[in-house]
Amino acid sequence: MNLEFTAEEQAFREEVRTFLRERLPEDVKARVLGGRELGREDYLVWQRRLYERGWGAINWPIEFGGTGWNAVQQLIFDEESAAAGAPRLIPFGLKMVAPVLIAFGSPAQQQRHLPAILSGEAWWCQGYSEPGAGSDLASLRTRAVRDGDCYVVNGQKTWNTLGQFADWMFCLVRTDPQAKQQSGISFLLIDMKSPGITVRPIALLDGAREVNDIWFENVRVPAGNLIGEENRGWTYAKFLLGHERSNIAGIGAAKRELARLKRTAAEERRRGRPLLDDPLFAARIARVEIDLIALEITNLRVLSAEGAARAPGPEASILKIKGTEIAQAISELLVQAAGEYALPFRRESMEAGWQPGGAQAAMSGYLNQRKLSIFGGTNEIQKNIIAKMVGL
Amino acid sequence: MDFEFSDEQRQLRDTVQGFLAKEYPFDRLRALKHSEAGWDRAVWRGLAELGVLALGVPASLGGLGYGPTETLALMDACGPSLLLEPLLSSAVIATALLREYETSAAAAELLRAMGEGERIATVAHFEAGAHFDTHWVDSRASLRGETYHLEGRKAVVLHAGIADVLLVSARTAGGTADAAGISLFWMPRETPGLELVEYFNVDGQRAADVHLHDVRLPSSQRLGPEGAAFDAIERAFDVGLAALCAEAVGIMQALTDSTVEYLRTRQQFGQPIGRFQALQHRVADMVMHLEQARSMSYFAALRCTLADVQARRRALSAAKVVVGDAARFVGQQAVQLHGGMGMTDELKVSHCFKRLTAIGIMFGDSDAHVQRFAEITRAQPS
Repeated sequence: MNLEFTAEEQAFREEVRTFLRERLPEDVKARVLGGRELGREDYLVWQRRLYERGWGAINWPIEFGGTGWNAVQQLIFDEESAAAGAPRLIPFGLKMVAPVLIAFGSPAQQQRHLPAILSGEAWWCQGYSEPGAGSDLASLRTRAVRDGDCYVVNGQKTWNTLGQFADWMFCLVRTDPQAKQQSGISFLLIDMKSPGITVRPIALLDGAREVNDIWFENVRVPAGNLIGEENRGWTYAKFLLGHERSNIAGIGAAKRELARLKRTAAEERRRGRPLLDDPLFAARIARVEIDLIALEITNLRVLSAEGAARAPGPEASILKIKGTEIAQAISELLVQAAGEYALPFRRESMEAGWQPGGAQAAMSGYLNQRKLSIFGGTNEIQKNIIAKMVGL
Repeated sequence: MDFEFSDEQRQLRDTVQGFLAKEYPFDRLRALKHSEAGWDRAVWRGLAELGVLALGVPASLGGLGYGPTETLALMDACGPSLLLEPLLSSAVIATALLREYETSAAAAELLRAMGEGERIATVAHFEAGAHFDTHWVDSRASLRGETYHLEGRKAVVLHAGIADVLLVSARTAGGTADAAGISLFWMPRETPGLELVEYFNVDGQRAADVHLHDVRLPSSQRLGPEGAAFDAIERAFDVGLAALCAEAVGIMQALTDSTVEYLRTRQQFGQPIGRFQALQHRVADMVMHLEQARSMSYFAALRCTLADVQARRRALSAAKVVVGDAARFVGQQAVQLHGGMGMTDELKVSHCFKRLTAIGIMFGDSDAHVQRFAEITRAQPS
């Protein structure tokens, strides 16, 4: 039993650091470290630079243009990227649809889509949730009816993340309304430029444009865009969820935000003293930091168990719940650290950067981070899973 | 990076678990708790025969010379049995402390006998009012000629009443809160002037307040140089803290398992109560606490012998906070989910709960360790 990284792993970490130092654009870095919103280009410019380096897909096998890195290398890359202020990898293409394409896609589908994801040319989005299908995803009702060499899609998707940037959507549709819920679902790739698609933003509590409602009205999708077999989409969707969960704990980003919290608390003054010297506030930070240390080790345990190919237990759900709780706790402490200046809130003024000190964007982050315990399977659903895994 | 136990460590676990399943079933524990002695010397000899008591004794003294990872495996395996015997106090902490002085003939002889199960030792260090602050030593030792005279009182010394030898810290210089100026002495329990006020702790383990009324010791009974014992004492309790974390995890695993089992069998409203989501989510919370605590028990074992004192303290404080909070939550919820039965002496649940409660307090509660962690982190930003 030991906790140390090997010499090779340390050398790899140095390699990643050097690359980040040399290639991460300063403006993007400043936005990430300042907790600001990122635009489409911020993500894509970084994806293109990774691609140039041969690191376009850290979770894909080498034969598809991936790095073939093991779990520890991916973890190191994530840690260093987050600490340096790199944007998170756009998950929809790289971590969600690509593993499905690799496992279940036809050679034609793979050749058409994987290179564009890798090089940062295509932005993907997810068409899963519907107004009546959230945690109970299998109750989705968007219909796809076969008509000649096309499927005709009608229905509505919601909580679609960053679909306004997307070129393509991977979408769950019902192809057999008579079958038992899970058995009548298919997995379709839809070109977002297809006639009949309407994308409308959902106004959120923090004013950010992050999620959309999407309507499909007689949208014709070539039958060649069906993944695998008709009515087997649920199998692929579940497979995708398993991959979505890599880096689910978000350790790297949490460490970066914790560092931001400490910087803010060191700069902020309460009665003339740094807030960081306030014993009660320092204790609050300490508790989060301690929780994060524990989660980091739990995460390493899960990684090394996966390496040993042991059957997965309730760990992924534990990582999701604890990771999101920690991220939310940090975002809440950032608000507390901002004191009275957590109150002024207008997005345009915030973007102009008029708020004093490191308090900028604290409230915005806090409001936004409430989503963490809701998406990707609510934390309550995760607890159901844990209870089931231990025999209840 | 590797979180697997070695074959040898796994074998140690299996051997100990097999032995305890046979020799230390719950009814045996209950009977011992109600006995006058409050422990079982035969079990102690059995553990000695298995080699368990020699785990931390250097190989040169007939022991196995193992380290914290083996102790982790041992304590995790022993946890669910709620041993009343002085495994932590003598075989882990006192052994670790004596190992610091193995060049002294007295310490070496004692270590050899402890490994064989022939002698028991305990460390009398913490004092009332210290709240486990390790520096806080008010007991005094003053040298007159070749003889030390000791005055003072040690609080809640584990297994003092059954120890053959006490390892007692006393101040030879400095103020009550100073790390410097603390010396260490060994003394047989029958030493004149040594008075024990014995009691049982909430977990059923024997303990005592140790009063030092002009205890006179030849200077040869001082271990190591005068005034320089603090670092060694801290190191020994750090090894003990890691062991305590491992024990807690063993108990919490057993308690979570038995709670799940109870929820599957107990029927109300015509169904097993484990079907109710409120209770399922409580169990999920217990599992999360348990797994985070398990991670920190590993962390504690792998960090408790670090040479860098501040890094070591920071790691152990983090571990104690996570394990202590988990012990509190898992213990309380296990009682709650067992309903009225959780309140009875008849079920092991209440015994596990009381031991976990004691563990939460021992060597500093969560608040104390959060504070220490925060202070160290502030001084040395990571």
